[in-house]
Amino acid sequence: MQSYRQSSQAQEAVRSGVLVAVEGLDGSGKSTQVYLLKRWLEIEGYRVFFTEWNSSVIVKKATRKGKKAQLLTPTTFSLIHCTDFADRYERQILPLLRAGYIVLADRYIYTAFVRDAARRCDPQWVRNLYSFAVRPDITFFFRVPLETAVGRILAGRPKLKYHEAGMDLGFSSDPAESFRIFQGKIHRAYLACAREYDFDVIDGTVSIEEQQQIVRQTVMKRIDLARFRRRA
Amino acid sequence: MPGARRATPRRKSFYGTPPPGVSAADLKGHLIVIEGADGSGRSSQTRLLTQWLEQNGHATVNVGLRRSTLVSAELNVAKRGNVLSRTTMSLFYATDFADQLENVMIPAMRAGFVVLADRYIYTLMARDLVRGADPEWVESLYGIAPAPDLVFLLRVSPRRLVQRNLEKNFELDFWESAMDVAISRDRFDSFMAYQKMIAREFTRMQEKYGFYPVNGNRSPTAVATTIRNRVAELFH
Repeated sequence: MQSYRQSSQAQEAVRSGVLVAVEGLDGSGKSTQVYLLKRWLEIEGYRVFFTEWNSSVIVKKATRKGKKAQLLTPTTFSLIHCTDFADRYERQILPLLRAGYIVLADRYIYTAFVRDAARRCDPQWVRNLYSFAVRPDITFFFRVPLETAVGRILAGRPKLKYHEAGMDLGFSSDPAESFRIFQGKIHRAYLACAREYDFDVIDGTVSIEEQQQIVRQTVMKRIDLARFRRRA
Repeated sequence: MPGARRATPRRKSFYGTPPPGVSAADLKGHLIVIEGADGSGRSSQTRLLTQWLEQNGHATVNVGLRRSTLVSAELNVAKRGNVLSRTTMSLFYATDFADQLENVMIPAMRAGFVVLADRYIYTLMARDLVRGADPEWVESLYGIAPAPDLVFLLRVSPRRLVQRNLEKNFELDFWESAMDVAISRDRFDSFMAYQKMIAREFTRMQEKYGFYPVNGNRSPTAVATTIRNRVAELFH
């Protein structure tokens, strides 16, 4: 039987598809960029599939309940998000990759690495949890100064959600202050990940158009797009 | 009634890194596990042992699989529909375990209770392993679990298991027959083959995790006596 952990052969088999992930702080602009990338690929007529963090239908109910009632500990928070990811991975990401799709992921396993680390889960334990997942072909990291990202979120959304603000960690009883501290920890963890996993770093402070141009150029350079063209 | 005997605290340890904020040194009570297949008499033995422990003045808390506040309801739905893939299913069970570990077991052990677990990580690991999970992955996943003071493994022959299961419901359970593994379309054959596979995983684990095997082919009273005698040693 095939192991959970991907053997190098299994990794190869997956390679009829291609996986592009975007990572970055809340407010870094990554969702806008991946949306524009998706629209471009769709309009150009490529086989493309988009998936986002924390969206598995089956697991969502449990996650929502856990968050609402504040039942989650760092460990169960980590496990329930990994369960959510595994469901999307086994149901969609992996079959689509094997079938030859361009899969775009708004947040991927690195989001878990940085968030769970900020919640003080053992980093090795978290990396092992996600070891069944293939590495992306390209991981775009939208880098913005911490204050820029935090400012965008605080300006746009007057009320932060409990876990989003990292209130479960007891940094501060003020949600905005807690959010700032929590995001700071995530920010530093991201910078370490960017080196460790060779992210493609995009300067998130330049205009949306300039960023998108770099994203599209990188995709064209690194992916043989012709392979993914839909038959008319 | 004789006065409750205070247990000599044994140093606790974790299989891997404890969950954040937990230290082995804080765990004072005891953790006793009863493992065995469905129909091995686990539930009856858990009940009998709880009664005996309480009679002897030990505060006891029961835990088991699929009993967490967080995900037990969702797990039941997922089980019924057989809609989750295997990694997802493993992680869902691990979430259920972790929820009870942090919210029930660890607080109880900190307070000096005896935690009596009707199944533990070994069943979860055995199920994952026969479904092709990577052993390192599974071991790391459950590294958050404390090593119990005692693990009883109720050994019952597959032949007797199948009879006991049928006596209860006149039907073999989908999951206990591992119909998801597609060993055979015949439920009886599948049940027998799967129980043997699980038993083999338990045998492999026996030495590594120090299981105390108990012959479960005997009467419930005889089994209970064996278990009590061993538990009594813990409190000497």
